[in-house]
Amino acid sequence: MSAPVLTASNLKRHYEVKGGFMQPAATLRALDGASFTLTPGKTLAVVGESGSGKSTLARVVTMIEPPTEGELVIGGKKIGPEGASRDRDLRAMVQIVFQDPYGSLNPRQTIGQTLMEPLLLNRPEIDRKERDRRARDMLSMVGLRPEHFDRYPHMFSGGQRQRVAVARALMLEPKILVLDEPVSALDLSIQSQVLNLLMDIQERMDLAYLFISHDLSVVRHIADEVMVIYLGEPVEMGPKDVIFDAPRHPYTKALMSATPMADPSDRKERIKLEGELPSPMAKPEGCPFNPRCWRRQEICLSVEPELQGGNPAGGGHCFACHNPVPEDETAAA
Amino acid sequence: MTDTASQSASPATTPTAPPSRLREFWSSFKENRGAVVGLFVFLAFLLVAALAPILAPYAPDAQYRDALLVPPFWQDGGSTRFLLGTDALGRDLLSRLIYGARFSFFIGVLVVTIATTCGVLLGVIAGFAPRIIDTLIMRLMDIVLSFPSLLLALVLVAILGPSLLNAMIAIAVVLQPHFVRLTRAAVLSERSKDYVTAARIAGGRPLRIMFKTVLPNCLAPIIVQAALSFSTAVLDTAALGFLGMGAQPPTPEWGTMLAEAREFILRAWWVVTFPGLCILITVLAINLMGDGLRDALDPKLKRS
Repeated sequence: MSAPVLTASNLKRHYEVKGGFMQPAATLRALDGASFTLTPGKTLAVVGESGSGKSTLARVVTMIEPPTEGELVIGGKKIGPEGASRDRDLRAMVQIVFQDPYGSLNPRQTIGQTLMEPLLLNRPEIDRKERDRRARDMLSMVGLRPEHFDRYPHMFSGGQRQRVAVARALMLEPKILVLDEPVSALDLSIQSQVLNLLMDIQERMDLAYLFISHDLSVVRHIADEVMVIYLGEPVEMGPKDVIFDAPRHPYTKALMSATPMADPSDRKERIKLEGELPSPMAKPEGCPFNPRCWRRQEICLSVEPELQGGNPAGGGHCFACHNPVPEDETAAA
Repeated sequence: MTDTASQSASPATTPTAPPSRLREFWSSFKENRGAVVGLFVFLAFLLVAALAPILAPYAPDAQYRDALLVPPFWQDGGSTRFLLGTDALGRDLLSRLIYGARFSFFIGVLVVTIATTCGVLLGVIAGFAPRIIDTLIMRLMDIVLSFPSLLLALVLVAILGPSLLNAMIAIAVVLQPHFVRLTRAAVLSERSKDYVTAARIAGGRPLRIMFKTVLPNCLAPIIVQAALSFSTAVLDTAALGFLGMGAQPPTPEWGTMLAEAREFILRAWWVVTFPGLCILITVLAINLMGDGLRDALDPKLKRS
């Protein structure tokens, strides 16, 4: 296994929420202690329900926002709570593809201008001609035609726009690509095209992907490793097959059981979680999952479980639970 | 046709050049007939203003003592020597109106330029600045807006002294809060979009993000507001002129002409009617054009 290109340790991102009338100010713990590594050529998928902090994680890794605590090490350079330096090389290392292909392209710029902008800003030594050539090459790499170069975003479909967004992200030859639900806004048939394109590019450019999604079938298709987060904390992490076939954390198990299966004979027991995701401003004491967990014990109400089993940063299987689902039970399911 | 098909890499689609922004704009603009009429009247007005020395039969301040308050040529006592008659000092009304177009156009352009530049600048700053500066700018604009606009302009002119230039400055100050609000609102809604974040990740500095990434996407409502403000500027300057606070008497400004002619309303209708009509037609044309601009530029109203 090659050396990790990004190491995140205990990343936290909190927001101060101003109190209203007669209400005290509160802290919103959007991301609360995530550690992981990204390796070239591999995909780490982050799954979780809405409001679990997935997109915050994307913003922190992309250095749009500094972490409140913890640190990121990208290519040997540290980024802590003081924020990212305006280091061009560092910025070029991590790029992002957004969820909404309609909002992520500047409507007043042609596709060509959109693609050339990162080069213009970060590689002033490259002249106009070369910029133009690279942008056109990238366009054909993501499967668009040369005549698309001078068109405006409103002339494209969602899938084509997402290809443009991928092309823009690749212009600076990054090492890490953060994909924030890149296909959830697309049609099913277009989804698979874009996913295949992404996998193709990963292989060709040896990129590390941080793939954020709530769609488990997409994750199963593209991920090497999976991290399940709940209320901003990773609850289970491990290789894709282990997470999908033998989850130990009750939350992961419930999540997996909610995946629709195209097999009517397979009457799997669906685990229904009760209640809503608690507010990240008032997290429950002890295990964050305890109000909704069916395996809750006395200890879960007071002591927060740590990630255990395997090295959390090394790619082994680990989970944070006092009373995990027994291994034989998961295998049977 | 076959030529293009063989040249293109994929024969399934023939590459057609995308319609340019201007052509797209024109095709939706011309659907509104009133707007097109407004545009042509405005262009005519522009032409008259530009060619005033050629078109006007006399100098605007030349007096003909033998022809005081001569009626227009189709009335008894009128002659084709003075097509629209003369005023109480024996000056040719038509020439004065033609030269007046110059002033009105000059006023409109200058006022709108000052108001738009300052307003957009402040609006973009308010949209991007930290909360305190934003609040400061917006409350200041609210104070300006809370005065009746003409009254505030009058006060400003009273402070600065009555002259055409001061009147224009006063009107620009009064108009500019609308631009600030409009720009700020547009900036706030654009700022949170992903393409702005993408430009930031790509390494765009704040100034570039503000003026190169965000501002062009906010321009449509600003252009419309600028067009409509043009007519407000013409109208307000005329009003200030009428009140004696704008252009001073020998100047052939339409509002000032109205004021001078006030006392002859019953004896000589033409000295009042023609400047009034000029103001009316110009303002109406610009407003019609502005409405058409809004329909053509506002994507929410656009039929695709």
